[in-house]
Amino acid sequence: MTSQNIESFVNQRYQHGFVTDIATESLPPGLDEGVVRAISARKDEPEFMLEWRLQAYRQWLDMKEPKWPHLHYKPVKFDEISYYAAPKSDADRPKSLDEVDPKLLETYEKLGIPLHERAKLAGVAVDAVFDSVSVATTFKEKLFEVGVIFCSFSEAVREHPELIRKYLGSVVPRRDNFYAALNSAVFSDGSFVYIPKGVRCPMELSTYFRINAANTGQFERTLIIADEGSHVSYLEGCTAPMRDENQLHAAVVELIALKDAEIKYSTVQNWYPGDENGVGGIFNFVTKRGDCRGDNSKISWTQVETGSAITWKYPSCLLRGDNSVGAFYSVAVVNNMQQADTGTKMIHIGKNTRSTIVSKGISAGRAQNTYRGLVKVMPQAHGARNHTQCDSLLIGKQCGAHTFPYMEIKNSSAKIEHEATTSKISADQLFYCRQRGLSEEDAVNMIVNGFCREVFKELPMEFAVEAQALLNVSLEGAIG
Amino acid sequence: MLEINNLKCRIGDTEILRGLSLTVNAGEVHAIMGPNGSGKSTLALVIAGHEDYVVTGGDVTYNGKNLLDLDPEERAREGIFLGFQYPVEIPGVSNASLLKAAVNAKRKHQGLGEVDAFEFLKLAREKMAALNMDPKFLNRGVNEGFSGGEKKRNEILQMAMLEPSLAILDETDSGLDIDALKVVAKGINALRAPDRAIVLVTHYQRLLDYVEPDFVHVLSEGRIVRSGDKTLALELEDKGYDWVREAASA
Ligand SMILES: Nc1ncnc2c1ncn2[C@@H]1O[C@H](COP(=O)(O)OP(=O)(O)OP(=O)(O)O)[C@@H](O)[C@H]1O
Ligand SMILES: [Mg+2]
Repeated sequence: MTSQNIESFVNQRYQHGFVTDIATESLPPGLDEGVVRAISARKDEPEFMLEWRLQAYRQWLDMKEPKWPHLHYKPVKFDEISYYAAPKSDADRPKSLDEVDPKLLETYEKLGIPLHERAKLAGVAVDAVFDSVSVATTFKEKLFEVGVIFCSFSEAVREHPELIRKYLGSVVPRRDNFYAALNSAVFSDGSFVYIPKGVRCPMELSTYFRINAANTGQFERTLIIADEGSHVSYLEGCTAPMRDENQLHAAVVELIALKDAEIKYSTVQNWYPGDENGVGGIFNFVTKRGDCRGDNSKISWTQVETGSAITWKYPSCLLRGDNSVGAFYSVAVVNNMQQADTGTKMIHIGKNTRSTIVSKGISAGRAQNTYRGLVKVMPQAHGARNHTQCDSLLIGKQCGAHTFPYMEIKNSSAKIEHEATTSKISADQLFYCRQRGLSEEDAVNMIVNGFCREVFKELPMEFAVEAQALLNVSLEGAIG
Repeated sequence: MLEINNLKCRIGDTEILRGLSLTVNAGEVHAIMGPNGSGKSTLALVIAGHEDYVVTGGDVTYNGKNLLDLDPEERAREGIFLGFQYPVEIPGVSNASLLKAAVNAKRKHQGLGEVDAFEFLKLAREKMAALNMDPKFLNRGVNEGFSGGEKKRNEILQMAMLEPSLAILDETDSGLDIDALKVVAKGINALRAPDRAIVLVTHYQRLLDYVEPDFVHVLSEGRIVRSGDKTLALELEDKGYDWVREAASA
């Protein structure tokens, strides 16, 4: 069993617990205080959590959707969305892989997703996909031994309210932005991680996302706390294309690294992008922020974004502690009618803080890819350093790449470097590769993977291989 | 091995090859010479399958197959190698990954398994040593920032790795210093075999001093206007192309 499977297995058990908790019908569309109360009640939440949600809801009512991104889409009708959807019952799901869209299966095959996982991903009603209970137990035990808490957000609210009270909203305040406020009011579930002082988490933590997507829902909430001197690597997402009836997704992720702690957060996002004309894709509005709260702390975001019709996402670092380090490594691929407005913010507050930004944008078809990055150096942040590398690769003539680097430098000792390039895959390059025996598709893949190398090498090994395969599938038919 | 019969082609509205015929048999080395713009590179690119060149007449047979029916990559896998006059740069893609992909594409076509990383490196290092190439070139981007001579040497490295049946080398000798020329010639000679053929496109006798051709052809205005043995090249060096042109039009 691979580690991925082990995690999936563990989480599958969790999923069943969850389902029995809430196996009730969905709430009717629309949002008011009653809906917020109903969500909280169904999750059996303590009073403080309900209060927190209600305040977020009231704040959200006063806020407006941001209009500044380089994105074009029909306005989301917030009163037509159901804010609480019960998971599909087994009766509604396909009984076997034979009932699943063959196209989806073909993609799984290309991505090299193990057979038994394909069934789960495709939403087939299967019980015991994974075979060994003891492996899962070992996994849980191993984390328990070192004191790591890794559970669903709902569970954390019930079992560790003191940690939730202390840290929730401390990085992304409820009213931070329109989508964050909405998420704070109605978040469905997500993950919670706490790494105690001095502990190096003995394994990569991965969301049960891969297996449990149906339940995580539209409004995911993740909170990771690395206490002093601890270390954790967390993997989010899934290379398999995820379909979801919910068009709007607004997740919030908060990371907190205390003194000398390190958090490495890796994401592969592959939500359904819609068809060639952009119909039916997911709108993904995400707020991700890491707080290097302690001295010498370190947070790095690595993301591979290939899915969604619309992506609005800026994983950021607040470099508060002296000598703290932030990093952002990103590959964003858009094809057909996809639009992405993504980038990062590095806010230098402590002394001698450092940040690195490596952004690789790939556009194909008629897609639009925008990098938007802010490097801010506060007056007290002596000796801050930033290096930004921002590269765009265009495939074909109808796509676009846009770069908006913003800088606010309020301390003259700062050293800021920015490099940007735009390149195209040329017909000559393709012919050269074909003359060496590569098919056109393989040639494109090779060039794209070469372009992304700097980012892929930041991903955990297993994830990197998957990400590479994913890119190849995403760009299929981009030439020609 | 290669049979070109009355080949005509154009790019855009310009006719470039105007009824070119050439036969290359296994084991032979042919040199193609001719003035700038006469169509030498065009011929090489048409054989390799470049889609900008539209074949408007004639036929090309390679090992009994209609070559013009095959995609460029199929021609390559069938053993046709073109050493480009202007090798392109592919930044970000390491030389090693292109080489490995190329070797494996061909092996797959031949029904052989892929070479593993270890075997591949061993082979590549061996070939590079023979070409006096620093192994560091494996990790650099394909032709990225290579000097003119380094690019040409890199073409020869690719050829050595792929062991083609038909190698067409378009001015691989241009831009090489004297030592590099000897090394490249050694690489070409190493490939000479009874079951292989080599076509050298060149402007200079000096390459032919090291790689002795069996036939020399002169291309002018899209046609082969004169063919002969290696002495023709010497004669050309002496008398220039006007002599051939005059002779041809006379
Ligand atoms: N893409 C193109 N568009 C227009 N004309 C072209 C194109 N490619 C080649 N030609 C023309 O075709 C003719 C033959 O070119 P080619 O490159 O085959 O010459 P060559 O014999 O290889 O010359 P050289 O010795 O300078 O390399 C030239 O007149 C050239 O300008
Ligand atoms: Mg030429």
